[in-house]
Amino acid sequence: MALLELRGISKRFGGLQALAGVSLELEDGMIASLIGPNGAGKTTLFNTLTGLYRPDEGEIHFQQRSLLGMNPDKITAAGISRTFQNIRLFSHMTVLENVLVGMHSRLKTSLPGILLRSTGFHIQENEARRRAMELIDLTSLSGREHEWAHQLSYGEQRRLEIARALAAAPQLLLLDEPTAGMNTTEAQALMTLFRRLIGNYVKAILLIEHNMRVVMGISDRVHVLDYGEKIAEGHPDEVRHDPRVIEAYLGQGIWSGNA
Amino acid sequence: MNSKLATLGLCAYIAVSCLVAFFFPQSVLAFLSVEASLLLLYYVAAPRRVKIFLGALVLVALLPVLGSVNGYYLEVAIQIGIYVALALGLNIVVGFVGLLNLGFVAFYAIGAYLWAIFGSPQANAFIPGGLFPLSPNWFFVFLLLSIVIGALTGALLGLPVLRLRGDYLAIVTLGFAEVVRALVNNLDKPVNLTNGPRGISPISKPPLFFQPLLEFFGLHVTEAKLYPLYFYFLILVLVCTIILVTRRLENSRIGRAWKAIREDEIAAAAMGVPVVRMKLLGFAVGASFASAVGVLFAAKQVFINPESFTFMESIGVLAMVILGGMGSIPGAILGATGVTILNLQLLKGMSLWLNGLRQSGAELTIPLLGSYSLSQLPAQFEPAKYERMVFGLILILMMIFRPQGVLPPTRERKQ
Repeated sequence: MALLELRGISKRFGGLQALAGVSLELEDGMIASLIGPNGAGKTTLFNTLTGLYRPDEGEIHFQQRSLLGMNPDKITAAGISRTFQNIRLFSHMTVLENVLVGMHSRLKTSLPGILLRSTGFHIQENEARRRAMELIDLTSLSGREHEWAHQLSYGEQRRLEIARALAAAPQLLLLDEPTAGMNTTEAQALMTLFRRLIGNYVKAILLIEHNMRVVMGISDRVHVLDYGEKIAEGHPDEVRHDPRVIEAYLGQGIWSGNA
Repeated sequence: MNSKLATLGLCAYIAVSCLVAFFFPQSVLAFLSVEASLLLLYYVAAPRRVKIFLGALVLVALLPVLGSVNGYYLEVAIQIGIYVALALGLNIVVGFVGLLNLGFVAFYAIGAYLWAIFGSPQANAFIPGGLFPLSPNWFFVFLLLSIVIGALTGALLGLPVLRLRGDYLAIVTLGFAEVVRALVNNLDKPVNLTNGPRGISPISKPPLFFQPLLEFFGLHVTEAKLYPLYFYFLILVLVCTIILVTRRLENSRIGRAWKAIREDEIAAAAMGVPVVRMKLLGFAVGASFASAVGVLFAAKQVFINPESFTFMESIGVLAMVILGGMGSIPGAILGATGVTILNLQLLKGMSLWLNGLRQSGAELTIPLLGSYSLSQLPAQFEPAKYERMVFGLILILMMIFRPQGVLPPTRERKQ
């Protein structure tokens, strides 16, 4: 059974068909990429998947459970967490606090427990801090845990978003352009990190990416969106040579040779 | 070594300022220096235990003693306590959750009227049987009840309002406070619930349950002297409880969720924070603080009317939170204390001083311009008349030079 199954997802904003019947499957242990020109509907798909938008049509099944109509926090609790294309950290909170917020759905101490500082509270809080430090280590942010998030450099902020998303202990991690604005070395380091995550921290990763080196280097499967429709799917090498994909990216003229 | 020196200095400062205030009970400056000792305690690098001990000593022992010399000091301290509690409550909503609430005083009013109606003969007007006023022993029951009622009304207001953001939310909360004020102003007919603009009095004071104990120890204190002390300790306990609750909430998943919502609501939701529930909780906690203080306020004042709960009051508390530093507990405490002292002591003190100058009739000689009789000083110069203006000026200067407030939130330091 697939971990995630999208069937016929459509989303319309007024006159704009942002998503038109997109279907997609994601297996355990897989890194899949979602590519497509700007405005193809990639981020809209992420937003639909994480409950920020409600799809007009279609079904979303995650571990055989329908996610339709669930609020974003419930979807995170169910095991999907994400990063954002334009970094959305909690700027005036420390690095550690940012990661700890990600654990919200995993911490269960009740209000009386918090007010009375029950033993359960201390145990949970210490465990949360320990795990947060582990994730901070994993994303090479150790030593910076008590800095304000807005004091980090751009690349560090991107990594902190990943650490924060991992804190929710997701099965499926959604990454929206994780290497945007990074140089080759930084992107390489992130790719190594993503491979380490599979099986150890998450079951599968779905990423939106424009950097083809990353896409081709890391993906087990690539899905291509254009104008809200899925135009191709397959192994990176197949997709790379698919005429429809090349057309979507480069336009018709070059392919047909009469430019 | 350094911290020992600091401790010694602190002790010396507290001793000297208290002695001076004790022997010159009319001097505003002397009392201000006593109050400043608490601020000094916060800043000086002494061991934590020493700080807590000295702070407790000043608050529990020295201030009450000074208050028995000059009763006005206790009044000031009680007022400060009330505003600190209100500012801490509003700090949760505005500073932590990041929701601009311009009608915070509504919850204060709800708490005050809760005790005012049932702790005075007022309730006889609509509940037959002449059961009211309730015996003073009910005061503590109502204090607890007000926390529940405050939380409920906070959540009730929150429910329809939390879909709104920013300015829209602020306007609705402002409207809510005005509705509450209009209600208490007009609910004297058809059934007389609140006695309208005439207000309610006399409101029962809390029970003197410890009086037998005092007499057992041979202490005979008149009620007139005892009540201010009693209220002082009540508000002290209330404020300490509120600080403890706020601190514990802040350093938990709830506090982190609140701040995350303040920073970025969408990201918070995506990280698993139930945004609506957390906002409601924030509203409820803040409101419950205000409502509990309201009960105390009503009991202290004996008489309340809608005039005590105007829009300016909400703005005043908001200004305290902003001046002190939004989202910071020490900030809210400092802001409330500073503004209250400014209003009650500094500006009034300067007015008195100016009046004194005028009455002395001394001549002020300015070189080249000749002399000027101080008795001609116009009464319009009295700083107390400029309370709002001075206040506004401070706010403007703060926004220009230190927009994050005097004591903005700090981050955890490395061990």
